[in-house]
Amino acid sequence: MTSLAYDSTAMLGRQLQRIKHAPGVLILTQTMPISMLLFFGYVFGSALAMPGEEYRAYLVPGLLVATAAGGLMTGMFHAAQDSHRGVMDRLRTLPMSRAAVPVGQSAADLLTTALGMVPLMLVGLAVGWRIDSGPLGALGAFGLLMLLRLATTWAGLFLGLLTRSEEAAGQLGSATFMLPLLSNAYIPTDRLPGWLRTIAEWNPISAVASAVRDLCGNAAPAADAAWPVAHPIAGSLAWCGLLLLVFGPLAVRRYAHNGR
Amino acid sequence: MVSRMTTTYAVLSEGLVKRFGAVHALRGLDLAVAEGTVCGLLGPNGAGKTTAVRLLTTLLAPDAGSARVAGHDVVREQDAVRRAIGVTGQSASVDVELTGRQNLRLFAKLHGMRGAAGRERAAELLERFDLADAADRAAGTYSGGMRRRLDLAASLLTRPRVLFLDEPTTGLDPASRNRIWSAVHELTAEGTTVLLTTQYLEEADRLADHVVLVDQGRAAVTGTPAELKARIGSYAQVVVADEDDLPQAASVLDQLTGARPQLDTATRTVGAVSMDPTLTLPRLVRELDGAAVPILDVSLRPPTLDEVFLRLTTAADSRKELVT
Ligand SMILES: Nc1ncnc2c1ncn2[C@@H]1O[C@H](COP(=O)(O)OP(=O)(O)O)[C@@H](O)[C@H]1O
Ligand SMILES: [Mg+2]
Repeated sequence: MTSLAYDSTAMLGRQLQRIKHAPGVLILTQTMPISMLLFFGYVFGSALAMPGEEYRAYLVPGLLVATAAGGLMTGMFHAAQDSHRGVMDRLRTLPMSRAAVPVGQSAADLLTTALGMVPLMLVGLAVGWRIDSGPLGALGAFGLLMLLRLATTWAGLFLGLLTRSEEAAGQLGSATFMLPLLSNAYIPTDRLPGWLRTIAEWNPISAVASAVRDLCGNAAPAADAAWPVAHPIAGSLAWCGLLLLVFGPLAVRRYAHNGR
Repeated sequence: MVSRMTTTYAVLSEGLVKRFGAVHALRGLDLAVAEGTVCGLLGPNGAGKTTAVRLLTTLLAPDAGSARVAGHDVVREQDAVRRAIGVTGQSASVDVELTGRQNLRLFAKLHGMRGAAGRERAAELLERFDLADAADRAAGTYSGGMRRRLDLAASLLTRPRVLFLDEPTTGLDPASRNRIWSAVHELTAEGTTVLLTTQYLEEADRLADHVVLVDQGRAAVTGTPAELKARIGSYAQVVVADEDDLPQAASVLDQLTGARPQLDTATRTVGAVSMDPTLTLPRLVRELDGAAVPILDVSLRPPTLDEVFLRLTTAADSRKELVT
């Protein structure tokens, strides 16, 4: 094994041990979308023009994507927590691979997110969501969700290292909770006023949500939408690739040089 | 005796400069620590000790100057430096959410010690530092002394050639302090070079072969603890009969020593560190007598490091006299 792979595996183990020690945050982030599905799906769903079951089927992919995009918040929180702890100093005096800390951290995050999405999918299936496309489409949708998680986690890790304190990162991270509200994750964008619709459709969350709906056979992409939503699979890949290209190197550099 | 030419230095720095915005943390620090010795960086809060340690352990990059640790340049050969050193920082640098054992095994892995080697070394160190009973508890539940010991154990996983300890006993109870001290003694017996920082003169006196007094980012004075005391002369102390005589006695001491005397009204004592090696007891008595100070007791004794330290860091002019 190369040193990066070996060191990252060690850091992955560390991250899993930490989660095991303090599982509260993980449990919260996993149960939150389920309560939102039930709350939005039954309370809002009964007041919307769309029939309740149809709305809940619309909502599930949106919540899956919102959960994936939560990597931004989790990444920020973990990076800020680490960078203000003495243990980072020790890690930076060890002859280890520079990228191992963020790589290990995001690997652990992908693992827990993948597992954590299962209950949401099961509840979703129970309240009316269907995968009409077959296993290949479902697998593709899952792959895109993981890719978005990875991309937002790396963006979060970088931003978290920029913040001055854990509290600041926590506050900024909570604000990212708003991001799915300005997308097609929870409501269709076609009836939004023009400028708001443009913003919402250029939100990366919209592209991935449309792609998941497309790949699961829930809804075909809206042809009259902005490019990333009209071509959601290409749009999702482009968005996630861009985020990773920008924030990946920045985060690695920042981890290696933090405090210098 | 080893000649200066053949001495190899485990730590060698020249003109290290580090600024944080407007703050000059280091203003040209020169250090030379011979292999196998213990060097004590002694200085008050804010003197630049931690900054020096962070530069030497590759955690910070210097603005100017250069340093070699175990023969490797701290800027250009970071990985080689990191392979040769162990570091215990001023604040705890273990993961509070992991157990003591998990911490040590993680750091062992990252040092490249795989499988059983890391597991055995971790167990051995936990035993050595009296942490075996607490090994499987989260480090966050440890007392200050236990966490320090875990930190020290983490720095010793690979038997480093050079060990850096930044204020290793600050805030510890005497028992924990003694434990750390004996660990340092054992390490030096095994040939490890140690660079430690401290605010405690007793600690430098007990552990260090060489002391570097750091003042405002520079090495103000270097020497063995004994040399430092010898170079500064003696400590003159006068006990007067009446409290009202204290100012007069103080002014005599002031003139003789050039240092600001310290007054203690409760014991009617005044004392000052003299920089003058020719100051004798008869002369001191004559001067006091000449000024008609009614004295009960006069003494001249070697100064403690505390007194040396106070003299060097409070009187700006004393530095010029000492650095020759
Ligand atoms: N990261 C930093 N940012 C700004 N100022 C700093 C930083 N680190 C240290 N300083 C300043 O540099 C000076 C030396 O600090 P330090 O090396 O910690 O001293 P010591 O360890 O001897 O107490 C102090 O004035 C301190 O406030
Ligand atoms: Mg310090």
